Amino acid sequence: MNLDQHQPLLEVRDLAKSFGDRRVLSDIGLTLWPGEVLAIVGESGSGKTTLLRCIGGQVAPDAGEVGFRSRNHGTVNLADLSESQRRRVIGSDLGYVHQNPRDGLRLDLSAGANIGEPLLQAGLRHYGRIREIASDWLAKVEIDPHRIDEPPARFSGGMQQRLQIARNLVTGPRLVLMDEPTGGLDVSVQARLLDLLRRLVADLDLAVILVTHDLGVARLLADRLMVMQAGRIIESGLTDQVLDDPHQPYTQLLVSSVLQL
Amino acid sequence: MNAPTTKTAASAASGTNGYNFAYLDEQSKRMIRRAILKAVAIPGYQVPFAGREMPLPYGWGTGGIQVTASIIGRDDVLKVIDQGADDTTNAVSIRKFFARTAGVRTTTRTAEASLIQTRHRIPETPLQAGQVIVFQVPIPEPLRWLEPRETATRRMHALGDYGPMYLKLYEDIARFGRVTTAYDFPTMVNGRYLMSPSPIPRLDNPKLDRSPALQLFGAGREKRIYAIPPHTTVKSLDFEDHPFTTERWSHICARCGAGDSYLDELVIDDRGTRSYVCSDTDYCDSRLSAGGRR
Repeated sequence: MNLDQHQPLLEVRDLAKSFGDRRVLSDIGLTLWPGEVLAIVGESGSGKTTLLRCIGGQVAPDAGEVGFRSRNHGTVNLADLSESQRRRVIGSDLGYVHQNPRDGLRLDLSAGANIGEPLLQAGLRHYGRIREIASDWLAKVEIDPHRIDEPPARFSGGMQQRLQIARNLVTGPRLVLMDEPTGGLDVSVQARLLDLLRRLVADLDLAVILVTHDLGVARLLADRLMVMQAGRIIESGLTDQVLDDPHQPYTQLLVSSVLQL
Repeated sequence: MNAPTTKTAASAASGTNGYNFAYLDEQSKRMIRRAILKAVAIPGYQVPFAGREMPLPYGWGTGGIQVTASIIGRDDVLKVIDQGADDTTNAVSIRKFFARTAGVRTTTRTAEASLIQTRHRIPETPLQAGQVIVFQVPIPEPLRWLEPRETATRRMHALGDYGPMYLKLYEDIARFGRVTTAYDFPTMVNGRYLMSPSPIPRLDNPKLDRSPALQLFGAGREKRIYAIPPHTTVKSLDFEDHPFTTERWSHICARCGAGDSYLDELVIDDRGTRSYVCSDTDYCDSRLSAGGRR
């Protein structure tokens, strides 16, 4: 499209993080381009979520840089920003989809209010507009817009997850971090959610970092794949390439342990 | 600050030996005055203070009483109202308390008072420059319903993160077609801090805006003091397409015929017949003596 597309959106360099004596991330480096979907796979405790939280700003890394190209302020190091700077600089450029929709939603407020909250955060103060946008987004994530005034506590797990995705995308972020978005859903619901995600990602030209331990999800959604073990990236490349021709023993084990792909 | 002389003079005036002028000791008053000064300097910001035990239970106005005790002087004329009325138990007790412990003059006339302590109302008679009004506050944190953690609400105030507060209005409009929050309606003070105006009716909110009087808020249980200095803008939250409005009723006061004041609803017999009278007793009485209805 434009020059913008030829510069990376996110550049992580030499990221490290310890919790006490436990080293959970070492020498992490990755580059993400606009519109690209990157999957991070690995076993439980390999540091996937911590890496995501370092990028998302919930956890401060001990060392390293997280360079993010924001819309209005050029490239900034997310690891250095204070919370107020973070809000000012990044605004709504970045979304975070939690594994459990209950962590990312206000269950006692209506679905409309949940989608409206990021708009209010961004300064929109027009009830009619908020309602219109919320109703559009419910339709986009395949929730009946007539249920706009129902609290998500009354929604099924899959609907809650879709609502959380709508809430994250409503302000038009450029990068969305997703932590196991299909975890805890049954297989048919997973498939539907994956279809939806694939469509939204393509339509909105989103860059996504997707943490998962499900290789099927990675295969379906991701352009590139990174394999983590014990806090390090041990293998990375195009998704099909890594899955069809895994080099590291751990990756081979991971791939062979899946029955069918 | 001349504590010993104050003490003797006060006990002589009020006849309560062993108690300091206006009950609180001078060091406590100084501490509270410091909190008040800070509150006035940062309109709408909740200043923590070391709340003292007062000789009445929390929820009866301990915050307001501590603020009043710290700023009251010998020449002050005190008025105390509860829900607008001068003659309810709480108002009478607090008025008597200061009449005894400080020996100050008291009044029921809004215009004659230099210091007004109130619960749940602002007098109908507009306040004047030089007057001070002290509000009793049960829950000073307007964000509490949204976020139970004090650390989190403080951060929201620091960052001016007030977007989620509008969710309350959004939910009201989505459910009822209009904003139904009728009291303790959240306000922005001086364009910076979100403030709970204490549980005054929404009808009183416009009286907060650019008032020539100094408005002080004391929360005894939560140990917070905040303030609106004179002539400060106070804006009630609203949406562009749902501007803030006050309620209107079709009733008028059964005693004085006022149609513009906040009315109490009284059930007057066993068949549920209702009557409406001004909640501000001084306003009602002054209209009557000035030759209003009846």
